[in-house]
Amino acid sequence: MGLTVTEKILSYKTNRKDITPGQIIEVPVDVAFIHDNNGPIAIQQFSKLPLAKVWDSDKVYFVLDHHSPSSTIRAAQHHRNIRDFAGQYGCHLIEVGRGISHPVMAEEGIPRPGNIVVGSDSHTVGLGTFGCLATGIGSTEMAAVLATGKIWMKVPETIKIVLNGKLSPGICSKDVALLILKHFGPSFLNYMAVEFEGSLIDKLTLDERMVITVMSLEMGVKNALMPVDSRLLAKIGAGSAQEEIISADPDARYVAVIHFDVSSLEPMVATPPLPTSGGVVTDVAGTEIHQAALGSCSGAFYHDLEQAAKILKGRKIAPGVRFVIVPNTSHVMAAAVRSGIIDTLLKAGAIISSPSCGVCGGYEVGCLAPGEVCISTTTRNMEGRMGVGGKIYLASALTVAASAVTGCITDPRNLLGDV
Amino acid sequence: MVADKLIYSGRLWKFGDNISTDHILPSRFMTEVEPHELAANCMAGCDPKFAAQVRFGDIFAAGENLGYGSSREQAPQALKYAGIRVVIAKSFARIFYRNCFNIGIPALICPQLVEETSEGDRVEVDLEKGVITNHALGRNYEFTKPPEFMLEYIQLGGLIPYLENQMGK
Repeated sequence: MGLTVTEKILSYKTNRKDITPGQIIEVPVDVAFIHDNNGPIAIQQFSKLPLAKVWDSDKVYFVLDHHSPSSTIRAAQHHRNIRDFAGQYGCHLIEVGRGISHPVMAEEGIPRPGNIVVGSDSHTVGLGTFGCLATGIGSTEMAAVLATGKIWMKVPETIKIVLNGKLSPGICSKDVALLILKHFGPSFLNYMAVEFEGSLIDKLTLDERMVITVMSLEMGVKNALMPVDSRLLAKIGAGSAQEEIISADPDARYVAVIHFDVSSLEPMVATPPLPTSGGVVTDVAGTEIHQAALGSCSGAFYHDLEQAAKILKGRKIAPGVRFVIVPNTSHVMAAAVRSGIIDTLLKAGAIISSPSCGVCGGYEVGCLAPGEVCISTTTRNMEGRMGVGGKIYLASALTVAASAVTGCITDPRNLLGDV
Repeated sequence: MVADKLIYSGRLWKFGDNISTDHILPSRFMTEVEPHELAANCMAGCDPKFAAQVRFGDIFAAGENLGYGSSREQAPQALKYAGIRVVIAKSFARIFYRNCFNIGIPALICPQLVEETSEGDRVEVDLEKGVITNHALGRNYEFTKPPEFMLEYIQLGGLIPYLENQMGK
């Protein structure tokens, strides 16, 4: 029988031909990254191993993104400890203000096709956009990876999701992600690998693909892979022999192949308290909001800011609403300054915050008071995520910006005119 | 600390489906790393009385997809430092499942036990036999035993002592 892409990567990395779902295997790690929320415990655990050294400091990245820049003394102390550790062992350090781990790693061209990437963040799966097996792990496990360069994995079953069709005006890749999440629910894909393909993917930019791979985590996946195609190779440069186009065998075993046609997709909104509780925007249109937010590894790329600016140009944020925008990297921020997008957003009354995880987990910016409602491009809307008693609706940048203008959840197509 | 017998007896807490790591330890506590701080805020996202009422040796049960969401290990650590010795669920989110074993807490999949047991019941978990007994109901429930190496994590107190053992060899 043939192999899926995930199985091929595991087979290649372990030199085993007999890779089968359910096997427990030990795999070598190509890239490990640790952020400032989980770094302190990883370092604490690593220090309990007196004989340990970092296995390969060139493969290890510390990213200060959750508290960026630090707004508490405690966070500042954690940052200092992380900087000291990275300095001591010669690991890479991505400083405060540079942005969120996943999009920054992507911009820096670090994940390569065929790699095994582990990150101390659940949304590490988003780096599967680059043809690597990328998955999230906890702090203690990260300490063990730092010491050994290896991790055990259970070979996952693979499901294929085929996305076909063309997005109508006013529909974004976040809407596609929310459609897929609604279909599978919060745990249906637990432990599974998911591989995306289809004519829609060919049309999506790498950032737009990453919106979908990041959000896949909310269905429980172990990893999510986008095709290694000409668009990806053009972006990351021609591959070496090891980075030749990785594709599944024609007779690869998938537990299921699920098709979606997105041509008639409408703007989607995930209602509280689950990212998978999606519905069409018209079901909740008119719900009063107190905050709108663009943020996170799946909702504050350049295209998100651009779409928000398209809605906000010449308009003002509704009275009583704050619109918090946290670009996901400093490069996104710089590009949006150069193109005038930031100016458009500021003139409309939006608030721009320093690149970080920021508003997504209620870190420092954009917390909610009890009873307040936020519509957001972020990754999660579990109870209390931005503050106890606050409610979060997840949607695309267009829907979020349209809602910021009207003060209630709004179908963006009403404001886009003939665009 | 090496546990002689992998038998745990305790009072059971019961929660529903999709209890996320945000429920167990909300992000506003994420800069906390001290055991007493994590214990004091355990379950702050959905049950503010839990941290005050939980006792050492208690057992934590939940429905489907326990530990959904963020990879934060502070969540299972909060449960551990609050006194929880074992977690049982109908199913687990994968990072949370691994985190539990890595810090020395057995995470067991036993849907029927969760279905039939009430909060406050006394249960006994025999990790080596793969059986959970509900004394109140007088019933036994079998679960699939975790792989040997994961049982060794539990015996030794987690992945780090396991690794220390390996590295010392």
